Amino acid sequence: MSKGTDRLYWAGFSLILALLIVAPLVLPEFWQRFVTEILIWGLLAMSSDILIGYTGMVSFGHSAFFGLGMYGAAAALISVKPPNIWLALGYGLIGSAGVALFVAYFSTRLRDIYFAITTLIFSQIFYVIIFTWTEVTGGENGLTFSRPALAIPGLFSLPFTPDTLHWFVLGVVTASYLMLRRITQSPFGMVLQSIRENEARTRAIGYAVERYKMVAVMLSGLFAGLAGVLYAVQNRFAAPDFVYFLVSGETVIFNVMGGIGTLVGPIAGAAFYLLLREAFSRFLTEYYLIPVGIIFIAMIIFVPQGLLGFLRRRLNQ
Amino acid sequence: MELVAEFLHAIPYDQILIQTLNGIVAGMILALVASGLTLIFGIMDVVNFAHGELFMLGAYVGVIIIAATGNFWLALIVATLIVAVLGAALQITTLRPLLGRDPLTTILATFGLSLVLQNYALWQFGPVARKIQEPFTGSFSIFYLQYPWYRVLIAALSAAIIGGFWLFLKHGTYGIWIRATTQDRVMAQAMGIPVPWVHTAAFAIGAGMAAASGVLFAPLVGVTHAMGLDWVLKAFIVVVVGGMGNLGGSIAASIFISLLESYASIWLDPAQAVIVSFVVLILTLLFRPTGLFVPTPK
Amino acid sequence: MKPADGNTAPLVHVEDIDTYYGKSHILHGVSLEVGRGEVVGLLGRNGVGKSTTLKTIMGLVSPRRGKVIYEGRVVTGLPAHRLARIGIAYVPEDRRIFRLLTVMENLRTGFDRRGVSEARRQELLAKVFGYFPVLAERRNQAGGTLSGGEQQMLAIARAMMLEPKIILLDEPTEGLMPRMISQIREIIEVLHREGVAILLVEQNVPLTLAASQRVYIMEKGTVRHHCPSSELKVNDAVIHQYLGV
Repeated sequence: MSKGTDRLYWAGFSLILALLIVAPLVLPEFWQRFVTEILIWGLLAMSSDILIGYTGMVSFGHSAFFGLGMYGAAAALISVKPPNIWLALGYGLIGSAGVALFVAYFSTRLRDIYFAITTLIFSQIFYVIIFTWTEVTGGENGLTFSRPALAIPGLFSLPFTPDTLHWFVLGVVTASYLMLRRITQSPFGMVLQSIRENEARTRAIGYAVERYKMVAVMLSGLFAGLAGVLYAVQNRFAAPDFVYFLVSGETVIFNVMGGIGTLVGPIAGAAFYLLLREAFSRFLTEYYLIPVGIIFIAMIIFVPQGLLGFLRRRLNQ
Repeated sequence: MELVAEFLHAIPYDQILIQTLNGIVAGMILALVASGLTLIFGIMDVVNFAHGELFMLGAYVGVIIIAATGNFWLALIVATLIVAVLGAALQITTLRPLLGRDPLTTILATFGLSLVLQNYALWQFGPVARKIQEPFTGSFSIFYLQYPWYRVLIAALSAAIIGGFWLFLKHGTYGIWIRATTQDRVMAQAMGIPVPWVHTAAFAIGAGMAAASGVLFAPLVGVTHAMGLDWVLKAFIVVVVGGMGNLGGSIAASIFISLLESYASIWLDPAQAVIVSFVVLILTLLFRPTGLFVPTPK
Repeated sequence: MKPADGNTAPLVHVEDIDTYYGKSHILHGVSLEVGRGEVVGLLGRNGVGKSTTLKTIMGLVSPRRGKVIYEGRVVTGLPAHRLARIGIAYVPEDRRIFRLLTVMENLRTGFDRRGVSEARRQELLAKVFGYFPVLAERRNQAGGTLSGGEQQMLAIARAMMLEPKIILLDEPTEGLMPRMISQIREIIEVLHREGVAILLVEQNVPLTLAASQRVYIMEKGTVRHHCPSSELKVNDAVIHQYLGV
């Protein structure tokens, strides 16, 4: 980006970051949790943008990565006492990495619609396994556990308050964003975008497209799993509902509503969707998805680039 | 020798027989649902996520008509027609504007539609499952077991509808229009075929087929707003396994997968039997990605 | 320059069209005319925009600027299926017959229209089978099983089923054996006698000059030269310049 836009960008970024830091101090508890959840879903959506927006691979299976991150963390938090946050992170990331490897393998052999449908079915496979393997996963009811403290064993242990948890989540999400931004603006990221634009040409130039795709899937899966771990830590439960393909669908909605290929777009999309949902559910109780769904469809037709799509060119130079 | 005899004795023959019949019945319904999906995909490259909801709405309309008139057959016909018209309306309003855009957009649009339709059904009909009575009860004897006539009827009717559709495609002007448009949309237009309307008609036909399946299947299970989800997933698997756009292949795949699932449910919990179709999909994608029932490309 | 026959209003008038494929600017202000019953040639090297011009006339591609006027009516932007019904037929490069439909079904896509009586359909079929006996033999065979030359004949026959006033022919002789090429030449002659106009895009210069009354020569997306065919010889300097063999 040019110097001018650069400065504008960082100014905007700092402003939003400042607002988010201050949020828990000024907002009532419900909204504070709401903002924290937006961040977590935003992270999930951002991870999916790597595939959809940057590599051009539509995935309907992100709920599998998210879910396994969540259940992995649950496993750590239940089996090891006292609950250790780093172990939770570790288990969660390994869980989602495993799924990502599986999906990555198929990603190289399938194109477009086939890939999308297959990822959807994979997330359903995991859903069924988790739902029915009651002894290990708690089946329908899921697992509950206690929240770990922010601790380095031997040095200090700081139990989370809602405020500090929010800042922890904010820290993780911000760091993830910066990392992903770095990656997408690197030569690697450029190759991914080239694959999105014209896979055949990219291959013809000499890039090992398959390898790039696999790395993209792994990257996407890891950050999605990270979101799952954060969710587990925040809510202290893991449930099969989060592995259901509806979550994958909603993730894609966040991406499209917010603007794919921008990294920040999907976060905005998540915020927009969740706010809409909150607003409508106050007036219409359970049927809020009807107007939200209609708005979504209308956006696809009339605003296909999403809310922040106009930033795409600027952000990716 | 004794082991063999014991093994043979342990095979649950009667269950296998029943499950074979169940598999064929379920397979025919799945074939009917998948045919509509294949038609829509083949002709306009649209992956219709809302297909399960069209199935579900068909079942609900059936419930209403039966409650009002008591006549199952009337319900079947009216539900099919109403949902077909609804399908046409949906295609015109939400899919036509997306013509020519990235296929992702149609997947998303139909996904959005499925959310709206599902929640609409939840809103209108509530969460409690409705029941439809079978139009006639009674079973026939096969060997020493009883099997309900109605289930046989479902299979026969589904086969008849698919057969009728196939005949329609093979003969008659409109069948030719649909086939030509599926093969080469551009040249079909250049030959004067009103392609946008052919698309709408195809979507309506697919929707009607889904609705008919819904009504036929309804007496076997409770009608709920979420009943479409399982079907749409299985139908997708069938379409991929059978070969995208291949009608005969998806019918064969439907029966194949349903049979396997039925057999599996002898030993497994029904929620787990579903994994069978997933496994078939994975194996197909690994070894015969163009479809199990499609001749291997050279 | 007036068209060949007495009727001065052209059948098809393409006025100053600019057509793009995505960001590529293919046609730059192309203008041409075809009179009723006239055979007009469109020559030029590969990639100069000849096919795009035909597709623009056929409504398969919309021009960003300019007009297509047919029988005095502005038809720019109308969808192809409407144009096919009012008398414009298109025979594309690489034929594009419906491979999975039989020969008969291919023809039916043309004559299964409203307002065509059963008797007329039989007449059309008889006529086309008269010109292309091979198609009669193979009438129940799938289009994809025909040879290249037979597919070309089917593509032309199918267009004739529309009873068009003008046929847009895109490189009909490409990849054909000499015997077939002369058959194409004859068909063009027959159509001309019946009063059907033809806009013929071709790489085959001698054929084009012999079959048409006027030719346009295109280069880089625009018309560079235009004259009666009689004024050009095969080894003319103009030909060398724009078709550089």
